[in-house]
Amino acid sequence: MPQAKSATKRPLTYQEVWGRVGIYAFLGVLALFFLLPLYVMLVTSFKSMDEIRLGLIFSLPQQFSIDAWIKAWTSACTGLECTGLRVGFGNSVKILVPSVIFSILLGAINGYALSFWKVKGANVLFACLLLGSFVPYQVFIYPLVRFYAQTGIYGSLSAIVLTHIIFGMPVMTLLFRNYYSGLPVELFKAARIDGAGFWRIFISIILPMSVPIAIVAVIMQVTAIWNDFLLGLVFAGRENLPMTVQLNNIVNTTTGERAYNVNMAATVLTSLVPLTVYLVSGRWFVRGIASGAVKG
Amino acid sequence: MSSVSLQNLEISYGNVAIVKNLDLTIQDGEFLVLLGPSGCGKSTLLSAIGGLADVSGGRILFNDKDVTWTDPKDRGIGMVFQSYALYPTMSVERNLSFGLRIAGIDRAIIEKKVKWASELLQIDHLLDRKPSALSGGQRQRVAIGRALVRDADIFLFDEPLSNLDAKLRAELRLEIKKLHKTLKSTMIYVTHDQIEALTLADRIAVMKDGLIQQLDTPLNVYNKPANEFVGSFLGSPAMNKVKGELVAEGDRLFFADGAFRLDVSRYPFAQKIESGRKVVLGLRPEHILPARGETQAIEGKVSLIEPMGSSILAWSIFDGISLSHLVGQDDGCEADRTFPVTIDIQKASFFDVDTGWRL
Repeated sequence: MPQAKSATKRPLTYQEVWGRVGIYAFLGVLALFFLLPLYVMLVTSFKSMDEIRLGLIFSLPQQFSIDAWIKAWTSACTGLECTGLRVGFGNSVKILVPSVIFSILLGAINGYALSFWKVKGANVLFACLLLGSFVPYQVFIYPLVRFYAQTGIYGSLSAIVLTHIIFGMPVMTLLFRNYYSGLPVELFKAARIDGAGFWRIFISIILPMSVPIAIVAVIMQVTAIWNDFLLGLVFAGRENLPMTVQLNNIVNTTTGERAYNVNMAATVLTSLVPLTVYLVSGRWFVRGIASGAVKG
Repeated sequence: MSSVSLQNLEISYGNVAIVKNLDLTIQDGEFLVLLGPSGCGKSTLLSAIGGLADVSGGRILFNDKDVTWTDPKDRGIGMVFQSYALYPTMSVERNLSFGLRIAGIDRAIIEKKVKWASELLQIDHLLDRKPSALSGGQRQRVAIGRALVRDADIFLFDEPLSNLDAKLRAELRLEIKKLHKTLKSTMIYVTHDQIEALTLADRIAVMKDGLIQQLDTPLNVYNKPANEFVGSFLGSPAMNKVKGELVAEGDRLFFADGAFRLDVSRYPFAQKIESGRKVVLGLRPEHILPARGETQAIEGKVSLIEPMGSSILAWSIFDGISLSHLVGQDDGCEADRTFPVTIDIQKASFFDVDTGWRL
């Protein structure tokens, strides 16, 4: 019976076993090393200030308390107001949702137009977009400030959303164009013979096929926009400051005692959204990247 | 029902002319095959007829109506692609009805048409499936069905069977032929497969480098190739080609190459041939027959045999010239033995050595 056991693995030699042990030990230590700051943050956030002053940063909290979390969320002082991160969270969501939706939609439309409708000068346009994704955006801040001031939307929700859409466009277009260039062009031709026009082909045929790459785009944009600090600070205006800016205001107070437990809780709260996105969609993320890179 | 007429058609991509000054008229209800090697412009020509590629000169007429710049959807065509091009996120039923739904046609009529087309193509049990759950043959049936439901006057096929395995290809080929018999629509079919061309076509247009080399019935294209290219592109096993000279002796005409001499007096030359003319002799393997005691038989030494099932392809040397010829299984042809044959010179072809055109 030669086939019976062929599915089992070849037994490892003595050296190979020790090789494996070494590799896993190394990986384990690395993982612990990178998890350490998160561990310190979490345990600190559950301690009282008295306990923190003892200086034992690795020890578990003796008296488990979520007061710091409640304070960070509801009553920590961001500048003059003491309303916690709630407001920042709300602002960030208000900025995030339209920015993500519109930047992805525009990127998809651009990518579709560039890969299927062979317009004159499409290559030049594409080269410009490519270049655009490499230019550091600090360069654009001052001109944009002037532009928004002229049009009267400076310091508003529209200004910050528009900014995110503009800066997201090159990468989103690139992402979708590359994905679409892997789709057979005959699909598009068949749809044209069936009588479908630009929008009909996009909505009925291309968009339903874009789910994997759209998920990648959502992850990229949610992470980038949520983590943004500079653009939010400059363009959003005092009413709409995103969570990252609020967090900075909490952590960087120069007066009084530093409430480490509140700071830690506030930081974890702020990073919760991108963290969740990664954990929930990690599988999709890899699949999307792979399907985009290898074949459409 | 529609006739198609191409007048002085030119298609270029950038500075490269792909189709040059092409004139072609396809009768109402005709099955025309565009046959040629890859890169000869046949697919581009089909795209232009379908309105998917822009032409740079000339006109395209459907039923004497100029459609050169008409939108694909308004041309009354259905097109079937090599890669099937089914909409992957839609069910078979949705794939079939997509065009009709866009056109805003009544639900009941759509349902009726989808039912008719799917029954005709025997895919009515697959209507709820997605294309990814279908086999290659089924997918191509759906693609053909998509053209059917649109009530197309003209069907365009762009190498529809090239992605299928040999057995399915033969099956679907027959299906397409039956379809043409039933519908009597005008069909234009692009392929590089000579068997498909010979079996399906009413007329074949053999193309090379954007030019039509010969436009004729399958039999004429096969038996009387207009030039050397057509002769060697069609036919499997391939045509033998021998360069030589025509020599007149008395009232007889001989083909000579070194020691090899062949009486070709009975060949119907289209023009008067002077002695000493350099020519290429094209001989199909099936026109070199095993001799049955005829006087003009020539003997060759068999160097190699290739059994092909129904017959055997033998490679023999006749006075220094190697020719392939077909022999039957029971003709006793063996390698390294001599074997007598007669050459059916009336079915041979002579081409001009410089231009390659038929003499």
